[in-house]
Amino acid sequence: MSVYKEFLLLKRDIGGVVILFIMPLVLIITVTLIQDSTFKTVSDAKIPILLVDNDNGNVSKTVFDNLQKSNIFTVVTKINDEQLTESSAKEAVFKGKYQLAIIIPEKLSADLQSKIDQNVEKITASLGMTDTLAKAEKTTVVNQKEVKLYFDPAVQMSFKNAVMSSIDKMISQIETKSIYATFQAQLGEETTSFEQKSFITFKEIVPKVNNEEIIPNSVQHNVPAWTLFAIFFIVIPLSINIVKEKSQGTFVRLRTNPVPNVIVIAGKTITYLIICMIQFYMMILVAIFLFPHIGLPSLNVEGNLFLMSIVALFSGFGAIGFGILLGTIAKTQEQSAPFGATSVIILAAIGGIWVPVFAMPKMMQLIAQSSPMNWGLNAFYDVLLRHGSIVDILPEISLLFLFFIITTTIALQYDKKKRAV
Amino acid sequence: MKPIIQITQLSKKYKDAEMYSLSDFSLSIYEGQIFGLLGPNGAGKTTLISMLCGLVKPTSGSFSIDDLSYAKNSSEIKKIIGVVPQEYALYPTLTARENLLYFGSMYGLKGNDLKEKVIESLDFLGLLKFADKRIETFSGGMKRRINLIAGILHNPKVLFLDEPTVGVDVQSKNAIIDYLKKLNKNGTTIIYTSHHLSEAQDFCTDIAIVDRGKIYAEGTPNNLIASTANARNLEDVFIALTGKELRDDI
Repeated sequence: MSVYKEFLLLKRDIGGVVILFIMPLVLIITVTLIQDSTFKTVSDAKIPILLVDNDNGNVSKTVFDNLQKSNIFTVVTKINDEQLTESSAKEAVFKGKYQLAIIIPEKLSADLQSKIDQNVEKITASLGMTDTLAKAEKTTVVNQKEVKLYFDPAVQMSFKNAVMSSIDKMISQIETKSIYATFQAQLGEETTSFEQKSFITFKEIVPKVNNEEIIPNSVQHNVPAWTLFAIFFIVIPLSINIVKEKSQGTFVRLRTNPVPNVIVIAGKTITYLIICMIQFYMMILVAIFLFPHIGLPSLNVEGNLFLMSIVALFSGFGAIGFGILLGTIAKTQEQSAPFGATSVIILAAIGGIWVPVFAMPKMMQLIAQSSPMNWGLNAFYDVLLRHGSIVDILPEISLLFLFFIITTTIALQYDKKKRAV
Repeated sequence: MKPIIQITQLSKKYKDAEMYSLSDFSLSIYEGQIFGLLGPNGAGKTTLISMLCGLVKPTSGSFSIDDLSYAKNSSEIKKIIGVVPQEYALYPTLTARENLLYFGSMYGLKGNDLKEKVIESLDFLGLLKFADKRIETFSGGMKRRINLIAGILHNPKVLFLDEPTVGVDVQSKNAIIDYLKKLNKNGTTIIYTSHHLSEAQDFCTDIAIVDRGKIYAEGTPNNLIASTANARNLEDVFIALTGKELRDDI
């Protein structure tokens, strides 16, 4: 009867039902669409960047070509039909109109070549292959060159680092090619060509199921993470439900009838667990059937749905325990709703929903271990990405259930103690 | 006669409070009585009822209901008592019938017995045609009547009523009082608090005037009036015992 009553209460609150079922779907679609581009090798939206070419040589041409060929950037050299200068590019970037400007200094190609020539000559001379005295009088000092990068102050550090790393790699390749070419010319062996391809390459070995490689995509990463986030948002309606009972006075009836409080709590737990599971299956259905129609990969749950359901169920337990505790301690909805929302976001942040735990500072990595969302996320990844078994997820789901038991026990004891005041 | 409620030296001091809300309070209430607990604001009436219902734990002392000590038999006691709190303790978005079916089920009532009991009670209090309307659409008087039914569906031996007629029109008040008299006739002992002294004078068989956590006087309404100099009614007795000073307390 308690479960039926809880369902009736939810049914009569259309706004609450919309929040419970529609918002998680909106959330999962929006976030997956946004984050999908970071997983794609081909992105539809390229970032325009400014390039000021004061060199007009081989190096700047190579930088320009490589940037144009990249799938991330489009190169802009003029604004309003006016050729860019360092100051105009700097102004445009610092005003936030563009995220990045690259300033290639004058004579970069010529000076790079001079420096390489000098170094190669030194080497060949030391090997006794050229006339050192004859060349010595031509040697001039070549100063170090600086490629300037201007970033929009609003640009995140991770983006800055990625851009600087790829430009550094591009320039290193140009330098290497020039060194090889100079050696070739110095040795006078026009017909001999050096192999310029990288000797060391990388190959990612991905897990295989039935001899087929399973390559993770944005959907496989995002759906579990945001499903978990949505499940934990049940803390808000559940805590409000409990606070309302206190303010409406129905709490008095619930405490003065012979049914123990633990049964009342069990009624709420069953109801909200059913809601969690409906949320979960709705999100899974959307990820499987709707995502391919909006340009996203379909979620592959083949053979994993049962274990994923178990993880969702235990994550639901964790969220419900937290909601019961919050609802018991909070005195008003003004306390429970903002605290519930903020604490879920904090748990998500430290749990690795946005930033992977391995990328966090050491201190935060330790704290992350205490977030129930981290346990749930790890269990989902164990199932969906690492193809683990029930044994692999046992530690995480046990922790989630323990969290439910502890939070619910604290809530029951708190309630009991409060009556003894 | 054997008391159905026996209260022995019951005391309650809330955390951080300077004074006891109830101090060494002893009282016997007998089966079949309609017992009025009357007193100014802060006298300790609600604290006493809250302790007898199990909502608040006593600081010291003991009590028993129907020979069951609360300390040892709280769940047994909860089966034989009914509580009608001062606030509308109902779910506003549920209908009258849904509320009553839910609260009735909490006392172990089920099936057709419960459904028939709900219909019968709604009919007696003139609310049957509103059975499937949501509580949030009801007037104050209608809510009070549903609030009462929710506390008596299981035919309690002892019924606690905390100001059951506050804020209702005369018609609703009369319907509530008539229903309570019927319940009492059928064997339910009623413990009632109110600030309506004329209502208490007519309704109660016995009265205790309580103030500052202690009993100032106890007896039938007529005896209390007769034993107080120049008293024409219960209000005169009340003023004579508790004084005229205002009782504003936070």
